Amino acid sequence: MALTGLFLILFLVVHCYVNAMIFWNDGGEKFTEAAHFMGTNVVIRITEIGLFAFLILHIVQGLKLWAKNRSGRSVRYEVSAGNATSKWYSRSMGILGTLILLFLVIHISAFWAPNRASQTMGNGELDLYGMMRDTFQNPIIVVIYLFGCISLAWHLVHGFYSAFQTLGLATNRYKGMIKAVGVGFSIIVPIIFALMPIAFFFHWIG
Amino acid sequence: MEHYNMNLTLKVWKQKNRNEKGRFETYQVKNISSEMSFLEMFDVLNEQLIAEGKEPIAFDHDCREGICGMCSMYINGRAHGPWHHTTTCQLHMREYKDGDTIVVEPWRANAFPVIKDLVVDREAFDRIIQAGGYVSVNTGNAVDANAIPIEKHEADESFASAACIGCGACVAACPNASAMLFVSAKVSHLAMLPQGDPERKTRVTNMIQQMDKEGFGSCTNIGACEAECPKGISLENIARLNREYIGSMTAGGSQNSI
Repeated sequence: MALTGLFLILFLVVHCYVNAMIFWNDGGEKFTEAAHFMGTNVVIRITEIGLFAFLILHIVQGLKLWAKNRSGRSVRYEVSAGNATSKWYSRSMGILGTLILLFLVIHISAFWAPNRASQTMGNGELDLYGMMRDTFQNPIIVVIYLFGCISLAWHLVHGFYSAFQTLGLATNRYKGMIKAVGVGFSIIVPIIFALMPIAFFFHWIG
Repeated sequence: MEHYNMNLTLKVWKQKNRNEKGRFETYQVKNISSEMSFLEMFDVLNEQLIAEGKEPIAFDHDCREGICGMCSMYINGRAHGPWHHTTTCQLHMREYKDGDTIVVEPWRANAFPVIKDLVVDREAFDRIIQAGGYVSVNTGNAVDANAIPIEKHEADESFASAACIGCGACVAACPNASAMLFVSAKVSHLAMLPQGDPERKTRVTNMIQQMDKEGFGSCTNIGACEAECPKGISLENIARLNREYIGSMTAGGSQNSI
């Protein structure tokens, strides 16, 4: 869980950096250049296969963990501690992950899949910038994206720290730092992602 | 502090034995003093039940000094009740007001089957200890306590981990019914001492293997165990256990031999 999670966190950094190019507000010139590199570079394309493998592995590990941990207590408590002893998001990683997965299905079928399909059929890359601009005129899609970003943020608040704890790195000395960086990451990255549909919707960028 | 008496409604788990299904039974207790411990309140209730010709409630207890870890009760959703760093026997009735309803359940985990009412079988912990939570020494006279110099900081940390009384509150409180805090404390206190060093790698592998065999859940770093531990065992121990485990894997630690 931890290793695949950290890899997915690295992916988020790259994805966020590349997509943030739209904020140059240059009609998508810098973004398209970066997207072209990501879509055609051999190393990136091979890593992309690894990314999907890790994503699937992360999901499979998560499901196995969920099943095992549910089977640890067949008779449940009449009264449970709730938020008195732990944070709700740390107990809700499965449901948050499922929400992210649902979002990913929508997200991948809107951008990645048609683009790769077009490339495979020899029609070249699609105008991803134009697609973003058009897609995010629909308020329902913008709201779906915001929900996706919120789910991601809560998933990361626990996931970032938890990965380091699982690897044995969250010692008393570094735990505070890891938690702080984790919370910072979980706020900043989803906000940058969320600003993309918002910026297009309100025509802050065109 | 104000002294007062109270009447309470108790909803207590009653279960005849391992195999039969349990259910909640409701009891009324009267004139409970705010100075009583939670277990003394149960003593009063049991005396009352015996006087009425009914079967008393079975519950575990021993030292009643907060040391032994026997008094496993899950009180209103909290292992050992709501007080921090406290076992059930050290929870006092001044926590409650007249007219309160208190729900008392046994530790719930498949690895801790209910024997009767609030008494659970915690032998899974014993088997984990037997799998590696010891040091092998030659028999004979006890070695002088200070024969091996140990750095103060290490000794203190090891002592903090050794404070674990094996009560099982960590398992009871964990949404996954995981035993990681217990195992990590037991692995930690030996891993930090020179006496524990020779068996360090096999110990962690064998104890984790036994933990999984007992049917405990896996750790997802939620932290409810640390919040409920009466002895303040910290999550730092789990990080250390993970380091020990990763270390034993990379070193190819054999699982059966020393």
